[in-house]
Amino acid sequence: MADLKTAAYVCGGCGIAERLDTGQLALIAEREGKMNLVRRHPFLCSAEGVAQIQGDIDAEGVTHVAIAACSRRAKTEAFQFPAVAVSRANLREGVIWVRPANDEAREATQEMAGDYVRMACAELKNMKLPSGHAETGRNRRVLVVGGGVSGMTAALEAARAGYAALIVEKGAALGGWASKLHRRTPFREPFHDPVDTGVAGLIEAIEAEPRIKVHLNTTLTQTGGAPGRFSVRLTNASGVSWVEDAGAIVQATGFTPYDASRLTEFSYGSSPNIVDQAGLEELARAAGGRALRRPSDGGSVKKVVFVQCAGQRDDSGRHLPFCSGHCCGTSIKQAMYFKDADPAVNTVVIYTDLRTPGSGEDFYRSAQAKGVTFTKGTVTGVEANDRQCRVSFRDLILAEDAVIADADIVVLATGQVPNSGVDIEQPERQDANGVQPISILNLSYRQGKDLPQLRHGFSDSHFICFPYETRRTGIYTAGPVRRPMDIAQATEDATGAALKAIQAIENAQLGRAAHPRSGDLSYPIVRLEGCTQCKRCTVECPFGAIDEDERTYPVFNESRCRRCGTCMGACPVRVISFENYSVDTVGAQIKAVEIPDESEAKPRILVLACENDAYPALDMAAMQRRDYSAFVRVIPVRCLGSVNAIWVTDALNGGWDGIMLMGCKHGDDYQCHFVKGSELASVRMSKIDDTLKQLALESERVATYEVAITDLARVPQLIDDYIKVIERIGLSPMKGFA
Amino acid sequence: MAKKEYAFYPGCSSQLRGSASNYLTSVNSMCEALDIKMTQIPDWNCCGASIGYAGSGELSRHVLNARNFALAETHLPGQDVVATCAACWLGARETKEKLDASSQLMAETNEALKEAGLRYQAKVGVRHMVEVLIEDIGYEGMAQPIVKPLEGVRIAGYVGCQTNRPFGIAGESFENPMYLDKLVETLGAEPLVKYEQKVTCCGGALAFSEPEKSQKQIKDIVESAYDHKADLIVTPCPLCQANVEIYQSEINKRHGTKLDMPVAYYSQLMAVAYGATPKAAGLDGHVIQPKKLQDIAVKVVPKK
Amino acid sequence: MGAPNELNLAALAKYSNDFLREVEANVEEGEWVKMCMQCGVCAGSCPFGPDWEHSPQKIFMMIRAGKRQEVLTSDSMWMCTSCYNCVVRCPRKLPITQIMHGLATYAHRLGLAPKMQPTYQWSLQFWDNCTRTGRVNELKLTLGLYFKEGFVAGVKKAWALRGIGFGLLRAKRLNPFELIRGHECKDKAGIHRMLKKAQEIEARRLKIPQFKTEG
Repeated sequence: MADLKTAAYVCGGCGIAERLDTGQLALIAEREGKMNLVRRHPFLCSAEGVAQIQGDIDAEGVTHVAIAACSRRAKTEAFQFPAVAVSRANLREGVIWVRPANDEAREATQEMAGDYVRMACAELKNMKLPSGHAETGRNRRVLVVGGGVSGMTAALEAARAGYAALIVEKGAALGGWASKLHRRTPFREPFHDPVDTGVAGLIEAIEAEPRIKVHLNTTLTQTGGAPGRFSVRLTNASGVSWVEDAGAIVQATGFTPYDASRLTEFSYGSSPNIVDQAGLEELARAAGGRALRRPSDGGSVKKVVFVQCAGQRDDSGRHLPFCSGHCCGTSIKQAMYFKDADPAVNTVVIYTDLRTPGSGEDFYRSAQAKGVTFTKGTVTGVEANDRQCRVSFRDLILAEDAVIADADIVVLATGQVPNSGVDIEQPERQDANGVQPISILNLSYRQGKDLPQLRHGFSDSHFICFPYETRRTGIYTAGPVRRPMDIAQATEDATGAALKAIQAIENAQLGRAAHPRSGDLSYPIVRLEGCTQCKRCTVECPFGAIDEDERTYPVFNESRCRRCGTCMGACPVRVISFENYSVDTVGAQIKAVEIPDESEAKPRILVLACENDAYPALDMAAMQRRDYSAFVRVIPVRCLGSVNAIWVTDALNGGWDGIMLMGCKHGDDYQCHFVKGSELASVRMSKIDDTLKQLALESERVATYEVAITDLARVPQLIDDYIKVIERIGLSPMKGFA
Repeated sequence: MAKKEYAFYPGCSSQLRGSASNYLTSVNSMCEALDIKMTQIPDWNCCGASIGYAGSGELSRHVLNARNFALAETHLPGQDVVATCAACWLGARETKEKLDASSQLMAETNEALKEAGLRYQAKVGVRHMVEVLIEDIGYEGMAQPIVKPLEGVRIAGYVGCQTNRPFGIAGESFENPMYLDKLVETLGAEPLVKYEQKVTCCGGALAFSEPEKSQKQIKDIVESAYDHKADLIVTPCPLCQANVEIYQSEINKRHGTKLDMPVAYYSQLMAVAYGATPKAAGLDGHVIQPKKLQDIAVKVVPKK
Repeated sequence: MGAPNELNLAALAKYSNDFLREVEANVEEGEWVKMCMQCGVCAGSCPFGPDWEHSPQKIFMMIRAGKRQEVLTSDSMWMCTSCYNCVVRCPRKLPITQIMHGLATYAHRLGLAPKMQPTYQWSLQFWDNCTRTGRVNELKLTLGLYFKEGFVAGVKKAWALRGIGFGLLRAKRLNPFELIRGHECKDKAGIHRMLKKAQEIEARRLKIPQFKTEG
C-alpha cells in the first residue's frame, strides 16, 4: 500500500457555514490535524462534492479521508469510499443542531466544532482500511438439529434457496411432536376447524428433495469450528461415529411437555380419565375420527373439562412460571374433537385468560359457535372416581366456588419445557421436569457445550429485535427451544432461522461480520507477544468466539466474532484491536481535544455513546433541535463493552472534568445488541472508583447511563443535568498536568 | 328544485296534544322553510317502543311496524318513511332490517298483516328526520333559509341514545357524534367544544319506573351543560327532551340543586333561525322557558 | 352408581349446554349468548350498571353455567334502559339490549318474572295501552302507572308530582281531553286481529307450553 496520505473536507451545507467559521475549522485540520490536503465545500454530499473527494483519491493518491459535515449516520451512501479509510466530524447533528443560533452561544459552539475536527483527524491517522480476514470457511451446507416441524421446515427452506441441508434427528423417525397430534390448530382461512398436521407432507417433501440428507437415530457428539467451517462429529445409535462439515447450524430441538405427574393437586395418574394435552391427542388418534370414549371403561363421553394453565403461569415456584402460548388454541382444538363428532357432548374450558393471538381469535369464536363453553375460573382441584372426575374451581365471573362433578374426561393443559441442552452457567442444574439435561450440540467452545440460556431454560435470543440470533454466531435456534410456541409460529421461526443461517454462510465466505455489524470487514487482531494469558477476553466474549490454546493464550475465531470489541475493552494490556477501531483511534481523539485552562471555567465532558442506541438518540435529539451543553464531546463506540479503562484514565489525567458512558439496558430484558456488552461495561465501571481514588477524584466524575434509542428527549436532559453535577463538584484538578 | 316528499311517521308523543306536540309544530315550520312536504301515513299506529317488550314479544313488534310500512307503500308510494321520534325510528328500522334478513319473519309478518287486510312488500325506506336534513338537504341547504342567525347562544348538543345507537347517523361515531354541533354552528349559534354527557342515557322509559336512578342521569346531563356554560340543551329525541326538561324541578327538590336549563329540539332552533314566530316554533310548549330563543324569535327582522 | 343426592342433581345441571340451548330456541337473539367473551365492557357501559344484581356479562355466564332459575327470576334484565351503549361497544357485536329484552319477555311468558318489578309492570302496561287503540294514550298511561298500587297511593303520587303535571298542562303537552276520547287508529279492530295472529304464530314457533297469549 502507498504511503499514508490524508485529506480533510469541511462542508458548509445545511447551515454549517452560516453558523460556524469553516475557514477556522479548515485551518485546524491543516495545522493541528496535520492533514495533507484540506478543502472546503459548500455542499459536500452533492454529486460534485463527492466527485471532488473521489478525484483526490484517484488523482492525488489520498488514502485517508476526514469528512467534517454531518453525523456518520447520515449520507452514508454519498460518503462511501470503499478504497480508503474514512472518519467523520459531526458538525451538523453534533454541533449546530444542538446549539442555539445566537451570538452568546457562538464561541462555545465554534470550540465544539473545532474539537470535532481535531478528533476526526486524530482518529483518521490511527485508522487502517480493514482488509477482511483471509482464512474464511467456505462450507455452504446448513446442518439442522432436530427433525420436527421446525427442523424439517428449516431444511426445506434452506434447500429451496439452493443450499444443501443435513437433518440430524435423535429419534427413529422425522415428525417430532406434531406427528403425535391428531390434528393441528388451523393456520389459514377460515380458522374454523382443526386441520391435518401436514407432517406427512413435510416428510414427503424432505424425501423428494435431493439437497437434503437425513440421519435418524443420530446425535451430535462434538461440534467445533466457526461459521463456514463447522466440523460436527455425529454418532448413531449403533455407536458408529463420523464427521460432517457445515457452514451454519440451525438448532430446532423443540420441547418436552411439562410432566403432569408433578401436578398432584390435579390427581394426574390417579385415573386414566385425567390426561394431559398430549394424552388427549393419543386418545384422538386411537379413535381415528370416531367419537372419543372414556379411557377408564370405554363408556360414552358426555362432558369434558379442560383445565388451562395447568402447572403454568405459576407463582408458587413449584411449576412453570410462564405461559406456553399454544395451549389455549390446543384446548379449543381438542374441544372440537368432541363437538365435531357429537354436538351433544358438553365441553367446558376453564381459563384465567384465554390467549388466542392473531387469527386464533377466529378459532375461538368458531368454538363458541360450536357450543364450547368457556368459563373464566381457576381450578383448585381435580378428583377422580371409577368413571367420573370432579373438578372444583373458582368461577371468576360469577365470583363463586363451583364444582363440575360429572366430567368424563379432564384434560390438563400443561406447558412446554425447552430441549435446550445443558445450562453452561450451571451445568448441574436440572430442567423444569427435574431432569438433568444432556448436551445437544457438544460444542468444543471454551465457554461451554450448549447455547447460552436466558430465562426458564430457553436459549438466549432477543425476543423482538433479533429472535433467531443466539450467542453463538452461525448457530440459530428455531421453534420452542427459544420460546414457547405453536406449529404455525415454529414454521415461521424455522424459515427465519434458515435465512439467518444462509446469511451467516455468505458472510463467513467473504470474511465479513454477521449481525449486527453485518458486512464489517474488520476483525480483532491480537498482539500475542504482549498477552498475559489473563483469560478475560475468552471468558467475557458474549459470543464464545475466543477459545484458548493449551497455554491459555486466546485463539480467535474471526467468523464467530460479532466485532463488538468487548475483548478490546476487557484487555488490561491493550493487545487487542481492530484496524479501524482500537484503543488508539479513540484514545487519540480523547487526547486531541483542547482542554481549556481552569481559569476559563469551561468544563469538558467526554461522552462515550453506544453507536446502536445512544448515538442515534443524540442524532435524533438534534433533528428535533433539542439543545444541550457545548461542553460535551461525543465519541461513538461499537458497544460500551469495548470501552477500555485506559480511555477513562487517560481522559481524567488529561484534565477532562467528567465522563458519561451511555450504553443499552442490560439484564433479562436487555437491549444491548451484543447481549452482554453493556452489562460487562457497567461491572467494569463499578470498579473504576479505585482509579478515581488513586487520582484523588470524586466518584461523580465517571457516570454510567442506560439509554434507549427512543430516549431522544431524555439524553439532552441527562447531559445538562450532568453539567450541573460537574459545576457543583468543580472543575477537575488535573488540568494542566498533561 | 322538486319539492322533497316523505311519508311522515310522527309517533304517539308528537301528535297533537301529545307530550312532544311542540316538536311536531316546529318540524312543520322547519319543513315549510326548507320546502319539504311531509304527509302523515294514514292511520299510522304505535311502534311498540322499546319498553313494550314484555308484552309484545318479537313478532308483534315487527307486525306493528310493518303495518305502517304497508300503509305507506299503499298510500304514499315511493316515499321514504320518516320518523321524528328516536324510538319510532329505531323500532321501524330494526323491523325493516330483521325482515329483510329473514324470509321466515317476513312470511310470519305478512301472515299476521293479512288479518288487517295489508301486505308489506319490503319496498319502503326508513329514515330519521335528521338523516333527511343531513343527507338530502345538507348543511348548506339548511343554512339557506336563515334570517335570524342564533348569534350569542351557547348550545349543548345532547344527542342521547336512540338516534345514536345502535344505528346512528351515517359517518358519525357512537362515542362523539358531531352532527348536532355542526347544525348548531350552521345556525350561527355556538356549540360546546366539550360536552361529556353528549351521549349519556337519560333513563329513557325507565324515568317512570325507576325515577331516582333516571334523575341521577338527568342531573349529570344538565350539570355538564352548566359546567360548559351552555344557555340551553338541544336534542333530537322527544323522550330525551321530556325527561331532561321536566324532571329538573324534581331533581332540585331531591338534591337541593337549582337546575333551570331549557331543553329544545333541533327543529325549534331551525324554525327560529328561519324566522318562525315563538308559537310556530313551538316555544310555548316548555316548562323551562328557552329565554334566549324566545328573544330571537320575537325580534323583527327587516324583510330582504 | 347409587342414587344421586340432591347436591349432585344440582351439580349435574351445571356447566351443560341445556339451558343455553333453551335460550337459543326461545329467546330473541338468544343464539348470540354463547359468543360472549366475558370482557365486561357491557357491564362498564351500562348507565344503570351499578344497580343491576347481574350485569349482562354475568347473565351470559349464568346461562352457560346452567343457572336457569336464577336467570329467569332475576330482576336484572328489567333494569335495561334500551340505551344500546353495550351493543355498540361489544367487541363481539352481541345485540345485548335485544337479548336482555328477550330474556325478560321469556321470563314473563314462563310466569317467572319478578311480579313487583316496577319496569316489568310498566312494560306490560305500556304494551296494553298502545295496543288498545293502536296509539299510546299518555295521560291514561301515566295515571295508570300512578294508580297501579291503588287509588290512595295514586292520588299521593299524582299530588307529589303535581308541579310536573301542571307544567305540562300549561305547556299544552298534557291534555285532559285525552281521558275522554284520546287518539286512536281507525282500524282498531284490524290491529287487534293482526296482533292476535302474531302472538299465535310466535307461540306456535316457540312451542313454549306455558306461553300465555295476550288478547
